[in-house]
Amino acid sequence: MDNILVFCELCGGDVAGVSLELLSEGRRLADKLGVQLDAVALGSDLSAVERQVYEYGVDNLHLFCDSRLGNYTTLPFATALCRLVKEKGYQIFLLGATVVGRDLAPRITAELQCGLTADCTSLEIGPYEDKKSGTVVENLLYQMRPAFGGNIVATIVNPYNRPQMATVREGVMPLKVTRPGDYRGNTVWHDVKDYIGDECFVVTVLERCVKPAANNLKNAPIVLAGGYGVGSKENFDKLFELARLLHAEVGATRAAIDAGYTTHDRQIGQTGLTVRPKVYIACGISGQVQHVTGMQESGIVISINSDPDAPINALADYVITGKVEEVVPKLITFYQQKQ
Amino acid sequence: MGLKIIVLAKQVPDTRCVGGKAMNDDGTINRSALPAIFNPEDLLALEQAILLKENNPGSKVTVVTMGPQRAADILREALYRGADEGVLLCDRAFAGADTLATSYALSMAVRKLGEYDIILCGRQAIDGDTAQVGPQVAHMLGLPQVTCVKRVLSLENRKLVAERVVDNGTETVEAPMPLLVTVGCEAQACRPRNVYRMLRFHRAATPQEQASPEYRFAAFAEKDEALNLKEWNLDFVGGDAARCGLAGSPTKVKKVDNIVFKAKESKRYTAADEDIKALVGELLDNHTIG
Repeated sequence: MDNILVFCELCGGDVAGVSLELLSEGRRLADKLGVQLDAVALGSDLSAVERQVYEYGVDNLHLFCDSRLGNYTTLPFATALCRLVKEKGYQIFLLGATVVGRDLAPRITAELQCGLTADCTSLEIGPYEDKKSGTVVENLLYQMRPAFGGNIVATIVNPYNRPQMATVREGVMPLKVTRPGDYRGNTVWHDVKDYIGDECFVVTVLERCVKPAANNLKNAPIVLAGGYGVGSKENFDKLFELARLLHAEVGATRAAIDAGYTTHDRQIGQTGLTVRPKVYIACGISGQVQHVTGMQESGIVISINSDPDAPINALADYVITGKVEEVVPKLITFYQQKQ
Repeated sequence: MGLKIIVLAKQVPDTRCVGGKAMNDDGTINRSALPAIFNPEDLLALEQAILLKENNPGSKVTVVTMGPQRAADILREALYRGADEGVLLCDRAFAGADTLATSYALSMAVRKLGEYDIILCGRQAIDGDTAQVGPQVAHMLGLPQVTCVKRVLSLENRKLVAERVVDNGTETVEAPMPLLVTVGCEAQACRPRNVYRMLRFHRAATPQEQASPEYRFAAFAEKDEALNLKEWNLDFVGGDAARCGLAGSPTKVKKVDNIVFKAKESKRYTAADEDIKALVGELLDNHTIG
């Protein structure tokens, strides 16, 4: 009872990166609360799961294997997970804020009548004082999330209903291997037909077209990002040239994408990707909160902006005051010279 | 055969145009600085509903929204674009609801509407971006759900085939009616207002609006049933007050912080050649790049 559960999403047989991040965070929270960390996976091939999750410190792994679970559909997954949560009485249940997690988690809360916070960027444990009843609830999960278009951060708690559920965006929790080597926890292979009735399989996936991501923004050590201030698509293309030299990946703000400078999959920020590269080079980016929430964990920040007072400059280690179309070609030239 | 189609819609503050004036100095939101709009993805859901209606003669599109009186604006907006009927779910008991309590109230309103074939709503609303209400309503009504739909491909033998957007790709799924569909941002834009519908439906009003001395269309409303927007309260839909509003919301907001980023000491350079040269040299020397 009272353990923490993490839902492990599978991508072609492998556990998704966001799930491993959640296991890392789940381990930290479990240690803080003095409870165990459980993980659950459903699928048609679970052969890689044990090997991939145990180094993150999972105590109990629940597996549901069935050929019909190869493609995610809502009802079978939700039904099995509701049943598992009811049996085990988890106090916290975490899922990735992926398309699957965001489809699945609310369905589960409607059955369990519990609270759910979407797209958390940080989790913590702490007390909550209920001013109305004058009572204090200890050891609650603080669920921090940007709200109102990213202009504020709200801390949400679920004082009375269990489990406390949250979805967490990919990339915001660091990966942390806590049990390297041969550590194995307790694996339980559940009998799928005890949990999922045939009537759950009413939605059929006829076809799936999924391509691996066209860029490696999430893992790139250097990210070169352009904003609306880049000025034109031609100028933006210069960023790709500099990026090739630096072995960097190119990202963009929503404004730059809306202006047609580059493609949607490169968006960094609250409604796009969260990145934490070693070096972040912001080109013509003013530093709106919505964008900064997606890059604030970056190591060294270099800002190129014609406005010396652009908000992003406050976060930058190096500020170059000048037009992007002027500075970037110079960076290319001098970098080639110095090398 | 015609379909009974329900669209769930929300009036939201336009968080996309949050500018300098939108935040008060104390970090709270200045709601009056933000226009109230039809939630963008709910408009996309409305378009899908109208398309289904056009492809299935005899269909009827009912739009349901929960909110204060002024939310009737989006019901009229939906009528201008092709909806047939508007329901405003309005009661003080609904105030302060989180997604679970909102979904409960909406599900009770849908039950009150009786038989239906398909419920459509936006994937998420821009004031919260939670994407929870669709799946929760589906569960409360015991319906299968298909989320993040880009387009409906076919509807035959009471089976809907739709293309949905998933991480890094798309998926085609088949699901039986009745069902709930959430429509994502990749779906086609909603058609504009139709001028003839505007001439007719600008007179549409809730009972409370009609009671106002400013309402001048009583004679029209008497003859044209569609001008009488429905206004339902908690009692009427038969809801349990303990599951509504603040009381029915398991999540509580502990606190709200203005976002303050840690400022750093930064080194400043100009765009002059010698400056850029010196910077590149330093970045290479300290292994930031290269």
